[in-house]
Amino acid sequence: MQQIVNFIFKNSNKLLFLLLLGISLVLTIQSHSYHRSKVVTSANFISGGVYEQIHSAQEYLNLRTQNEQLAKENAILKKMLYNAKDSTAIVVKDSLKGYKGMNTIIAKVIKNSYNVKENYLTLNAGAKAGIKPDMGVVNSLGIVGIVEHTSNNYATVISILNIKSEINARIKKSNHFGTLRWDGKNTGFVQLIDVPRLANVRKGDTIVTGNESVTFPPNVNIGVIDKVYTDKETNYFTLNIRLFNDMTNLGHVYVIENYERKEIEAIEAKTEAENE
Amino acid sequence: MNSTLLLNIARFLLLLAAQILIFNEMDFYGYINPYPYILFILLYPVNGNKFGLLLASFFLGIVMDMFCDSGGVHAAACVVLAYVRPTFFKFSFGVSYEYQTVRINDKLTPERFSFLLISVLTHHIILFSLEIFKFSFILNILLRTLLSSVFTLILCIVTIYIFKPSSKR
Repeated sequence: MQQIVNFIFKNSNKLLFLLLLGISLVLTIQSHSYHRSKVVTSANFISGGVYEQIHSAQEYLNLRTQNEQLAKENAILKKMLYNAKDSTAIVVKDSLKGYKGMNTIIAKVIKNSYNVKENYLTLNAGAKAGIKPDMGVVNSLGIVGIVEHTSNNYATVISILNIKSEINARIKKSNHFGTLRWDGKNTGFVQLIDVPRLANVRKGDTIVTGNESVTFPPNVNIGVIDKVYTDKETNYFTLNIRLFNDMTNLGHVYVIENYERKEIEAIEAKTEAENE
Repeated sequence: MNSTLLLNIARFLLLLAAQILIFNEMDFYGYINPYPYILFILLYPVNGNKFGLLLASFFLGIVMDMFCDSGGVHAAACVVLAYVRPTFFKFSFGVSYEYQTVRINDKLTPERFSFLLISVLTHHIILFSLEIFKFSFILNILLRTLLSSVFTLILCIVTIYIFKPSSKR
């Protein structure tokens, strides 16, 4: 007993070092392993509050680009409104296909990151505003990411510029779909992998979000094809996609809530369970 | 003793604030991200409490991780740096460093420079390998370590010169 106590006293520094190193390595490995496994995030009142203060000072620097972006979006929306068959008619719910209820929650990006392999954004709205994990985040130009953690007033978002991110996307023209990934190299480009060789793809084609996603509404813009090549291992196409969005300059974003998500996921889980 | 404690607490908070407010915003070509907050670990008193240094470094790292959403990579790198610091002192200043009064925040000599260099390199290589955590990005890790280390080193030396204690004139 005496020897054990002596040993602990003698090597207290080494033991403390190993303990702290162990804790930090566990946190590191956990954060790399799977989604929403992180323990320490910036969605808390300390770091969220600090980032909000920093953002409120920096906001003024890019007011001009933000205004231009909003004006452009307004122009597009007005165009849609004026070109509708009858702009005064009330939109009728399509009772045959069912009404897909989508809600948008407005939020601001208070911390943006794009210089590491696993990038996260912090938003200034959280659970109180109705944001829940796994909701999609878009802005007027295209998709931004998926909500990862929420606290009362803040939320962290896993950016599309994150090598862990995987989003279902399709080619607008042909309905062939693949998985959207990032190779961690360039902030202006992402990759669409596993596109079947049958698909007729050409440089300049638009890529949008897929129909079967419950996270994003269908047909949200992502980018255009910049380069097409064949993956030597899988023999599928890999497309290099130039993003519409400038991920290094994000202002207001919309968080998308799908009212039918729970129902869809429940029924899918049930089908899967029955087929096993 | 009390004043060194206060000085260290102030240094901890100031370096952390500077890192989050200023240096985290720096990003040249996506490769160069300086991390001069490790000056806290390097400037900690040579004969100070090692237990305290380890704990303080861990908290320094975990706060950085909270702000950077990076899991525990800063904490791991800081704890390792704090643990191997005496070895680096021995390497740079000779075996009997504890009996001399080694001061890091003073005029730049080859010994001090070698100590800063080896510490920054160690911290950055651990940080970037854990942060990227993929063997296929090994070249990327090395490049980022090299470029960021140069920048961190320059910033550390500049900071030391700016805040050089004026009592020794």
